[in-house]
Amino acid sequence: MASRRLNQDLPVIARFEVRHRNYLAPDGSIIRPLPAFASDAKLLIALYRAMVLLRVFDRKAVALQRTGRLGTYAVSLGQEAVSVGTAGAMREEDVLLPSYRDNGALLWRGVKLEEILLFWGGDERGNCFSGPLHDFPFCVPVGSQAPHAAGVAYAFRLRKEPRVAVCLFGDGATSKGDVYEAMNFAGVHKLPVVFVATNNQWAISVPLRLQTGSETLAQKAIAAGFTGEQVDGNDVVAMRAAAEEAIAAARGGEGPHFIEAVTYRLGDHTTSDDASRYRSVDEVQAHWKEEPIARLRAYLVGQKMWGKADEERLATECHDRVEAAVERYLATARRRPETMFDHLYADLPEVYAAQRRELAGEHDA
Amino acid sequence: MPEVTLVEAVNLALGRAMEDDPDVVVLGEDVGVNGGVFRATAGLQKRFGAERVLDTPLAELLISGLCVGMAAQGLKPVGEIQFMGFIYPCLDQLVNHASRMRNRTQGRLTCPMVLRTPHGAGIRAPEHHSESTEAMLAHIPGLRVVIPSSPERAYGLLLAAIRDPDPVVFLEPTRLYRAAKGEVQDDGEALPLDRAFVLREGRDITLIGWGAALKETMAAAEALSAEGIAAEVIDLATLKPYDERTVLGSIAKTGRCVIVHEAAHTGGFGAEIAAFIAERGLSSLLAPVTRVTGYDTVIPMARLEQYYMPSVERIVAGARRVCQFS
Repeated sequence: MASRRLNQDLPVIARFEVRHRNYLAPDGSIIRPLPAFASDAKLLIALYRAMVLLRVFDRKAVALQRTGRLGTYAVSLGQEAVSVGTAGAMREEDVLLPSYRDNGALLWRGVKLEEILLFWGGDERGNCFSGPLHDFPFCVPVGSQAPHAAGVAYAFRLRKEPRVAVCLFGDGATSKGDVYEAMNFAGVHKLPVVFVATNNQWAISVPLRLQTGSETLAQKAIAAGFTGEQVDGNDVVAMRAAAEEAIAAARGGEGPHFIEAVTYRLGDHTTSDDASRYRSVDEVQAHWKEEPIARLRAYLVGQKMWGKADEERLATECHDRVEAAVERYLATARRRPETMFDHLYADLPEVYAAQRRELAGEHDA
Repeated sequence: MPEVTLVEAVNLALGRAMEDDPDVVVLGEDVGVNGGVFRATAGLQKRFGAERVLDTPLAELLISGLCVGMAAQGLKPVGEIQFMGFIYPCLDQLVNHASRMRNRTQGRLTCPMVLRTPHGAGIRAPEHHSESTEAMLAHIPGLRVVIPSSPERAYGLLLAAIRDPDPVVFLEPTRLYRAAKGEVQDDGEALPLDRAFVLREGRDITLIGWGAALKETMAAAEALSAEGIAAEVIDLATLKPYDERTVLGSIAKTGRCVIVHEAAHTGGFGAEIAAFIAERGLSSLLAPVTRVTGYDTVIPMARLEQYYMPSVERIVAGARRVCQFS
């Protein structure tokens, strides 16, 4: 577009490409040869199960919120493949830096359902979770975890540790300086970090076209000096493959990579949102045809890797797991009020210890 | 003992901390080859290499965010913000992340970082280079805010800040960088955080200050002594959490107090100290607590800045008023 303003006789000094990756069509048919890991039925089924569990869990979490037993909650409906596929490519020792909608990644990495409920139920103990101890907690201020990812990756570089930082954020975050500053720095030092932008088309009520004039989000990596690709974020095979390649390359010293995962947020932004205020039912319905779970199921069924009995067993299993987690969550006693001072500092300074005692009802003599 | 300037003391402490602990990393704009615009990091890159003394892109938010990421994985980053006027992009990182990482993860992740920045006016610097907005920072739970006023305290407190397991904003009085000289033994001995320093003892009035304003405060104490008023001078040194005990102990002795700071009057950190004395020291007070501060205006550029900063005369006048109250 800009080239119209430029003299065509001037030499071209740089050219860039952005590629799109997909393997499974919305109906589960194969678009191009699948990556090697896809021949492992167990792995594909594990990805499938993780996405289904997340969807069952989300439904229950919303029910809890509607009945006053959980705070505001952000569902992953329609974009389960992004967080699950990304985390599925990580090693235990890698570090995850998630945004608030990346439950799928946390669950894959061993965080318990009841811990996620605890967090959204308003208890900090949900962040002291059973996943890898070095993983970051949910980041609520949009995109502000991206510089952390660069710092984490720099620490790996300094210590010569073959580990990778994996940072997830949404399309809205790509408008923030935080993300650009982090990517720019990662590019300068060719750091072992992978940025994954979940492009679900909506930042609450603001559509992507008001977020950026770029044709893709992936091309934003080019300005930072590294590669970006667009991936069908509703194709978990593509997500897993893109993340696996990017993480392996980063681990091997080839520097950062940016994945734009194109998906669609089928649900509201959070339980506090009503998406019908800003988008049509028709638009949402159209995207239901592309959602990731039905797509992988269609493939698995077509390959005779999965059947009706498996599906029924999985539904029961997910239901039971979620119900048991909810019971544990609801049975978790509230912390004593004065514990809000705990872990404020390594050693609570005496001036605040007095406030803690006051809250605890142990008034100073 | 060798005599060094305040900025040289900062440099000595950084070098010592890096020598002692391989996890200490220095990062910021121009901190590498150039050694920092004030030379606080001079020679460090040569000694410790470009990986540990790192010239960052020109992005303050990034510097603070990198520190959080590094610190959460066990490094001890010391970030430099070139002037306090440029620290504001870091506030999101300080408020939302650095200060609460430990609390919100219930101790799973921590943030042992230091963010250093020059503080205050008086060097005829360009616009936006003379800020003293420490009260904003001292309002953030989970953070420490430290400001030395001599080479000795710059050395000892910076070492303590770097060794501290929690995030510290370390404000360095720009005006004293080269003006303040003192003997510093580079022996790796830290000074305690969260403690005030009594710079001068006296029974008639307590003058409380921090940073460069202590220079005029000490001169005022000297002038007051010629008038027969014995002023006690307290360098608060750590603003958050501040040393309540030393403040109360001094008020109990003198019954009179003037708080001096260069920052604007309204909502300045002096208001916190005054309110604290009213809450906890009222029975000792013989006169209202008074503040001698910068005015509630935009910090003027070079031609007027000396009229903005608390002068010896204004401090003396304030102290006289308090002493004459009955």
